[in-house]
Amino acid sequence: MPRLENRVVLLSGGASGIGAATARLVVREGGRAVLADRDETKGRALAAELGAAATFVPLDVTQEPSWQAAVAETVARFGALHGLLNAAGIGVRNDIEDCTLEEYRRINDINALGTFLGCKLAIPAIKESGGGSIVNISSVLGLRGAAYALAYSASKGAVRTLTKNVALHCAQMKYNIRCNSVHPGYIDTPMIAPRLEQNVQNMTGRQFLEELHPLGRLGRADEVANMILFLLSDESTFSTGSEFVCDGGLTA
Amino acid sequence: MLPTDMSNELSGHVAIVTGGASGIGAASAALLESAGAAVIVADLQAAKDGPGRFVAHDVASEESWKALLADVLEREGRLDVVVNNAGISGGSGNPETTTVEAWQKVQAVNSEGVFLGCKYAVQGMKRTGSAKPASKGSIVNISSVAGLIGSAGPTAYTASKGAVRLLSKSVALYCAERKYDIRCNSVHPGGVDTAIFNPLWQAVGHEQGKAFIGARHPIGRMAEPADLGELVLWLASDRSSFVTGAEFVADGGLTAGLMRRVPLASP
Repeated sequence: MPRLENRVVLLSGGASGIGAATARLVVREGGRAVLADRDETKGRALAAELGAAATFVPLDVTQEPSWQAAVAETVARFGALHGLLNAAGIGVRNDIEDCTLEEYRRINDINALGTFLGCKLAIPAIKESGGGSIVNISSVLGLRGAAYALAYSASKGAVRTLTKNVALHCAQMKYNIRCNSVHPGYIDTPMIAPRLEQNVQNMTGRQFLEELHPLGRLGRADEVANMILFLLSDESTFSTGSEFVCDGGLTA
Repeated sequence: MLPTDMSNELSGHVAIVTGGASGIGAASAALLESAGAAVIVADLQAAKDGPGRFVAHDVASEESWKALLADVLEREGRLDVVVNNAGISGGSGNPETTTVEAWQKVQAVNSEGVFLGCKYAVQGMKRTGSAKPASKGSIVNISSVAGLIGSAGPTAYTASKGAVRLLSKSVALYCAERKYDIRCNSVHPGGVDTAIFNPLWQAVGHEQGKAFIGARHPIGRMAEPADLGELVLWLASDRSSFVTGAEFVADGGLTAGLMRRVPLASP
């Protein structure tokens, strides 16, 4: 039996990387995938490839009206909303000396405010649909710091605790909505593409990042998507407010 | 060598305490001063008869940080300790009721304010450099149990304290890599009897409110600001010289594990 039969899932950042890989699994498992992204070209192309079970909506995660429109369009198109994946995010390298306030705010707006707004706007629609599951993409850098990822790590730390707050609120209100965070290591997606080219300590960026992981390689988007699928499905109905690590042993 | 007499352990050191006019900040400022430090109390408004030298300061404003650092380096001539304590609760918004404006206001003080505090602390401590006594900087960021668990505060506050928890680690690692001899740690208080609970005190009275919050802590009471001040002083001093990028919980057991629900009427 398909694991997401007739479930409707809204995916921010659904046009590429972890979001796109998850959209493929949602459709494979009998669900409906709404790809919400800034990148219309990529988003529409993937929606077309996935067929009638998928659609694209433009989304700027930092704008509340944009989320309102995305949720409304999801419900108009597929009649319900059961799952939300907050995968949109940016990774920028900076440290405590070179990071400007503007950059700190921009990264936190996209990664943390964007995730908060996704939860805020999706909760009423998921509740209305009888309940469901929210999955927020944090990072191993929401668990550990890094000298070179100051603002990114802070924003992912915010997502980590925000997730618990959302989970407990929904539990207390008896909404039948679960909310968990996923903490990927370095996944071979467009987000880290620039870093793969930068040489570090006589290694290519790729080698350097691979060696950070005890498994000796980068993660694949579909490996994270499998964890997200588990969290979106009824296989994880007793899990809420928790941290799911997918990092090739990096934080072990 | 371990100091046996700690009464003057911070003599010749200069400390900035944001939000130093009340609560954990005031207790920290008083203890740092009693340990011999010159303390700058940076706050929006001065306290009556508070410790240290008061400087009007808004942690959310970068201009205010630039002015504060310039003033301290000119007047006190060095910087050794920064306690990023200023914070706001931002009201009681949950994930459904929190507005973007409320979210941004809380992040501006609690998250961006600590980010700026660390940035200008590193700048000031680096400039202190070879001044005597040798600079061993310590940055102490006040997070919260809300930076550890999700039930401990309103939504925007909880997210902001999670940001402080992680950014403290990145600052610690960066300074360690650069061999700046600047440490950075986060402190996670449970319920502390401070002005952040004013709405509750106004609703049910101070004593009843304290009893209500206190009963939710395994240890059976709220913390007094001085309980946290002692931890801040320890982190500020060289007694914690091998400690960086770590989380220091002082929460009366709140996050230790499961606790029987206390049958208490809601306030």
